[in-house]
Amino acid sequence: MSVSAAHLGGGEQQQAAAVEPPQKRGVTGYILLLPGALWLTIFFLVPTITLVSTSLYDPAGSVETGYSMTWHWQNYVDGIRDYGVQFGRSLVYALLATVACILLGYPLAYAIAFKSGRWKNLMLVLVIAPFFTSFLVRTLSWQLLLGDNGFLVETLKTLQLLGPDGHLLATPFAVVTGLTYNFLPFMVLPLYASLEKIDPRLVEAGHDLYASPFTAFRKITLPLSMPGLVAGTLLTFIPAAGDYINAELLGTPTTRMIGNEIQDLFGAGAYPVAAALSVTLMAVIVAMVFLYVRRAGTEELV
Amino acid sequence: MAGSDLVLTGVTKRFGAFTAVDDLDLTVPQGSFFALLGPSGCGKTTTLRMVAGLEEPTAGSIRLGADDITTLRPYRRPVNTVFQSYALFPHLTIFENVAFGLRRTGAKKVKPQVEEMLELVELGQYGGRKPTQLSGGQQQRVALARALINRPQVLLLDEPLGALDLKLRRQMQIELKRIQTDVGITFVHVTHDQEEAMTMADTIAVMNSGVIEQMGSPAELYEHPSTTFVSNFLGQSNLVAATVVEKDEDHLLLDVEGSRLVAPLARAAALTGRVWVGVRPEKVFLAHTGSETDDGSNVLRGAVVTDVSFVGVSTQYLARLPWGQELMVFEQNTGARLSFRTGDQVDLHWMPAHTFLLDAAQDATAGVEREVAE
Repeated sequence: MSVSAAHLGGGEQQQAAAVEPPQKRGVTGYILLLPGALWLTIFFLVPTITLVSTSLYDPAGSVETGYSMTWHWQNYVDGIRDYGVQFGRSLVYALLATVACILLGYPLAYAIAFKSGRWKNLMLVLVIAPFFTSFLVRTLSWQLLLGDNGFLVETLKTLQLLGPDGHLLATPFAVVTGLTYNFLPFMVLPLYASLEKIDPRLVEAGHDLYASPFTAFRKITLPLSMPGLVAGTLLTFIPAAGDYINAELLGTPTTRMIGNEIQDLFGAGAYPVAAALSVTLMAVIVAMVFLYVRRAGTEELV
Repeated sequence: MAGSDLVLTGVTKRFGAFTAVDDLDLTVPQGSFFALLGPSGCGKTTTLRMVAGLEEPTAGSIRLGADDITTLRPYRRPVNTVFQSYALFPHLTIFENVAFGLRRTGAKKVKPQVEEMLELVELGQYGGRKPTQLSGGQQQRVALARALINRPQVLLLDEPLGALDLKLRRQMQIELKRIQTDVGITFVHVTHDQEEAMTMADTIAVMNSGVIEQMGSPAELYEHPSTTFVSNFLGQSNLVAATVVEKDEDHLLLDVEGSRLVAPLARAAALTGRVWVGVRPEKVFLAHTGSETDDGSNVLRGAVVTDVSFVGVSTQYLARLPWGQELMVFEQNTGARLSFRTGDQVDLHWMPAHTFLLDAAQDATAGVEREVAE
């Protein structure tokens, strides 16, 4: 691994030293960029601009009467004031779900990468298998699993782990469980990809240099799997923070997340505040991701 | 056996039905530079990994001084390894790579020690870099520094120079030898390169198919091979079928297709009946057919030169004997010797003292195919 990397490094230096042929690079690159750029312009850039400008419309407007652009920054203040609780709840739920995904997903990805032997492919298929059914259907089936007459609740009641009138469904626990379940594969797959690339000889070298299995994990395996952990965290946290299906199907009015409110506001035609909340959510997530990636320092990894 | 000699007793390692190492007995004296030499798949790396603790022997015991380390976890052994692929930690700087072992053992004052070690391997100013920013030779030296800094009782080197080009490898061979002499740690070096083993090691154990064929100093192995494998794997040999006809106090008289040859008893691994007569190519001289040769020389007459390769310091000939076998002859290009052309009629002669005898039951081509290995 190190040898090939050194080789690549050498190649870069050579490339930098060589005179670059300017003609050859230009056109092909831009042509290849074109479809993607076009797609992003139509389906990302334009909607984002529309969303941001909608968030500044006069909230007095309606779908029937139309909206007018009044640079109404107050929409943001109103949104945070009215829905700050749900906002905070979304971030906390997403964080809990992400932590749960790491705790469940890391051992699983580790086992698939290093211990599964000939079962590796089967296990990977099993991780992806839930995607063969719809997100909605899978979440609905959690209603049955966590329901008051379900096997789980009955067992917990028998074991006295849950009070006689305890519930699982329609609790924060149910919402976080649903989020964890739905986003677990997004944690496992990048983690697996990262772990699988680790040369087991590095761990052997660690043992040889007096690192116990735990120290070798902490000093070698974990840092080398950081790119996967960071990717998995982002792929879990970002959609979880904006999710409303789990809160809708597994929660109650007191477990509503910001996604539910935005959905309702759009449904009720309160476009400007809904848009303002969406933009805020986006900005907060981008800021958090930025800080997280800076802290995790993945750019330093090979 | 004193101090902290490394002693392997009856060590066997099986992977399923395959026996990688078979009932190996080996003593590596403290402070020696010991080479395990053999073709790929001969069990030498498995032996090394068992000493490092990365494999557990199926049977047998490994002792280091008075301690039995057979089942000791690798991170508890006073043994460090320079891995074949170096296995440097890509996420750590060179400094941290070298400091890794010291930090695990909770050593104080890591910095001066690491800096001193980096100076020893001439990488003083590279401490802040990552392994991928270094060349192969530099990475090799980091791997060495990372192991040596822990002052292990035994340093294991697994084909440490395999990834380097020839020139760098020569340089590092001398460097390794110098460092070993300086630090006085026992080095156990695994290689398939006989030249590398002979350059560096005090003692070489030639391994083949999980067993040690022969062990001794480089000169001893080269001059007194005890098996056809050793004679072919260490340097090159001419092996000719012969029959023992007479035996006196010091010598054996042999018959080779009607020619009478003499071999010293001290260099005979087989004493009666059918044997292989061996002689190293550089010990054989060519002369025009019928010319006088020194009294008492072993002579095989009536050969024809079939191939001539000029390689600078020497010329390598192939000479076909009347019964069809071709022998190799290396003549130094000192200018004092005649040169020959393809088709010349020649006699081959060499001193009886350079003749060795091997058991005819062994395969004459064992160990020849080493160029294919790895």
